[in-house]
Amino acid sequence: MSSKRTAAFPAEDATVSEGVIVPETAGRHRPATAASPGEPLLVVEDLRVQFTRGGRKINAVNGLSYELAPGSMLAIIGESGSGKSVSSRALMGLLPPTAKISGSVRFDGRDLLGLSEREMQSLRGGDIAMVFQDPARSLNPTMKIGAQITEAVRLHSDLDKKGAQARAVELLKLVRLPAAERRFHEYPHQLSGGMRQRVMIAIALAGEPRLLIADEATTALDVTTQAQIMELLVELQQRLGMAVIMISHDLGLAASYAQDVVVMYAGRAVEYAPTKVLFANVRMPYTHALLGAIPALDREPHSLFEVTPGQPPDLSALPKGCPFRPRCSNATDQCLEMPPFTEHDPEHWFACWHPVGSGTGKHTANGEQR
Amino acid sequence: MTAVEERTAGDRSGARTPLLRARNLVQEFPVQAAGGVKGGVVHAVSDVSFDIYRGETLGVVGETGSGKSTLARSVIQLPRPKSGVVEFQGTDLMKAGRKELKESRRQMQMVYQDPFGSLNPRWRVSELVEEPLVGHGQGNASSRKRRVEELLDLVGLDPSQYAKRRPFELSGGQCQRVAIARAVALEPALIVADEAVSSLDVLIQAQVLNLFEKLRRELNLSYLFIAHDLAMVKQVSDRVAVMYLGQLAEIGPAEGMYRQPLHPYTSALLDSIPRVDPVTGAAHRPVALPGEPPSPIDPPSGCRFRTRCPRAQLKCAEEAPQLVERLPGHQVACHFPLDVVEADLPPKPAGATLAPPPVPAQPTAPAQPAPQQTL
Ligand SMILES: Nc1ncnc2c1ncn2[C@@H]1O[C@H](COP(=O)(O)OP(=O)(O)OP(=O)(O)O)[C@@H](O)[C@H]1O
Ligand SMILES: Nc1ncnc2c1ncn2[C@@H]1O[C@H](COP(=O)(O)OP(=O)(O)OP(=O)(O)O)[C@@H](O)[C@H]1O
Ligand code: SF4
Ligand code: SF4
Ligand SMILES: [Mg+2]
Ligand SMILES: [Mg+2]
Repeated sequence: MSSKRTAAFPAEDATVSEGVIVPETAGRHRPATAASPGEPLLVVEDLRVQFTRGGRKINAVNGLSYELAPGSMLAIIGESGSGKSVSSRALMGLLPPTAKISGSVRFDGRDLLGLSEREMQSLRGGDIAMVFQDPARSLNPTMKIGAQITEAVRLHSDLDKKGAQARAVELLKLVRLPAAERRFHEYPHQLSGGMRQRVMIAIALAGEPRLLIADEATTALDVTTQAQIMELLVELQQRLGMAVIMISHDLGLAASYAQDVVVMYAGRAVEYAPTKVLFANVRMPYTHALLGAIPALDREPHSLFEVTPGQPPDLSALPKGCPFRPRCSNATDQCLEMPPFTEHDPEHWFACWHPVGSGTGKHTANGEQR
Repeated sequence: MTAVEERTAGDRSGARTPLLRARNLVQEFPVQAAGGVKGGVVHAVSDVSFDIYRGETLGVVGETGSGKSTLARSVIQLPRPKSGVVEFQGTDLMKAGRKELKESRRQMQMVYQDPFGSLNPRWRVSELVEEPLVGHGQGNASSRKRRVEELLDLVGLDPSQYAKRRPFELSGGQCQRVAIARAVALEPALIVADEAVSSLDVLIQAQVLNLFEKLRRELNLSYLFIAHDLAMVKQVSDRVAVMYLGQLAEIGPAEGMYRQPLHPYTSALLDSIPRVDPVTGAAHRPVALPGEPPSPIDPPSGCRFRTRCPRAQLKCAEEAPQLVERLPGHQVACHFPLDVVEADLPPKPAGATLAPPPVPAQPTAPAQPAPQQTL
């Protein structure tokens, strides 16, 4: 991530209009050429997505900004419904046409939101690939896994059938599927959940992506299998120089593997920093609440969890100002105004009027409780 | 004998009588392989024994398919296990008739993972919570109404706001609260919680776990608490049972076991938890346990963990380790538990292989090695 940018991301809700908006701040963007060394591979700025369902507007993403360097791993964390999947689908062009998308997404200097469906298709599964939570549903149950990977290879290369099959086996070995040659002839139901996820990763690798988006790719797996799959992703990231966005609700997982972390709440980025900076000095009360609520091995049996009252807000009727306000113990009247998402400390962005440890806000002791 | 009588009797004799005593539980399921080729038997729970005392929480952890849910269902006799002993408040449930079983089930309630699926979508919250009271013929309409309000208060749902709602008008955490209100309506002695908070977000999960803890303190409830998350299980449990492929690998006090796991599998599980220190922000990068869990239809000979165990010796393939008490109240099933230092282990004989049996040769390898390595 960069600390070069000085301007804060727009704080006020920009009105979302139909289709793609050319950002007014286009001058700040990198030229539309291939990213030169040191340049980010992906720059997302003030991304917004709005759905309309039954006359109600659902504000799923309300200002998301981050950068991703080539070959690095970024984690997007947040509760269910915070907009993690929708924002990633937006950059893959995978949202229904009724979704209103604004902001800017630049991949390798190209504006993804401006691409035609055709151009997007060639990018998907090629330069950018995605792996989802539920491999059972993403795989075709009536087709042998070998055939499914071979198909993906042929889609992204000029290899003939034989060459593509050879490549498919190679990919299965690359993702360390045990007994790859034998598994090639098996159906998805004959594989364990962990093995199916390896197959999904192999399919994603068929187009030699430069960016892999793993959306809760290990959530359905056991901790032991999760550790294996994460190890594989890190190995691939390093060996292939592939950048990874891992979407998760598990703070521990993000802290263990990602270089940078974005925390989302109600569709907004609320805190963003290199992993070490973030977890050493959490500023946003929501991130702080998350950390206090996760079970930890060093807590006494029967000890109580720190409790945050309430529920995430209704995305059709967001509260005025900071979306976390109804649940925040630091909230004051100032929070009725939206706090800007700003780089407060070097490389440490957050959106809050009374951050943890600032000595301001209602319960100023909040930061010193632990 | 009622729970109270049993407890006082236990107190008088000075010995603690367990609320639930399970011995040598076995549950197996016959399965047919696809195409009717070769079926087999899933050894879902094999020879599992444990006790739960009043006011105590026993946590159960283990990988998917290790038999946690089957164990829970064996306890409540849904279905009845193949063999073994389940004694609950002095009643032998394996021999109990329908009436006795109904009375015992009133005293042990299940809370499941899926909060929506376990509630009838057409009923109002008040009806849902009243139903178990009606089913067991408790009170009259007005006393039940009062009791429903009490129960909703107890689980943190304001009756004036929630009593008239239906499940689809509730969040996941609120549904789970309704399920818990139903479970405690008949003042059970034991709650069997099978992944009861696994589908909830962490902030809501913390609310529900605190509710469980509050009920434990106020009603002296016991829990059989099943979850994947080892850190969570530790924080809510007095004792923890670790299951692997249908068997207990280790069972003991939560604190002691996490400080010094005795079974190599427990240690591997602990190592694979990704975690972050909430104070320093330092992350613990997991260490992956290699290999895949073997099939429960054809579990390995000897110790079922040996195909993935870094300490495995020949003996592990030949002889199934028995659960023995190595520390007070702390039992482990392992020939070479972790409190034995590596140097004291017998040397591995040369050429001995404990790896999983080789994969059958593949008659038709799909292709030759690729000409070039692009990745
Ligand atoms: N096609 C759609 N039409 C309308 N609303 C949608 C659509 N897709 C998603 N949403 C809504 O957008 C919000 C954000 O959803 P999203 O899937 O991004 O959440 P998430 O952070 O990925 O959550 P989870 O952790 O549960 O996967 C949710 O409220 C969801 O219901
Ligand atoms: N009714 C059944 N018929 C056949 N096999 C079954 C049945 N119920 C469970 N099994 C098998 O028994 C084994 C243990 O399953 P169980 O559901 O108890 O595991 P679990 O530890 O609860 O797993 P999870 O963490 O995924 O819930 C599995 O191999 C499962 O496939
Ligand atoms: S202190 Fe105010 S701005 Fe900061 S998180 Fe709380 S409500 Fe939001
Ligand atoms: S008995 Fe042997 S294989 Fe099993 S856990 Fe102990 S050392 Fe490992
Ligand atoms: Mg999602
Ligand atoms: Mg289960």
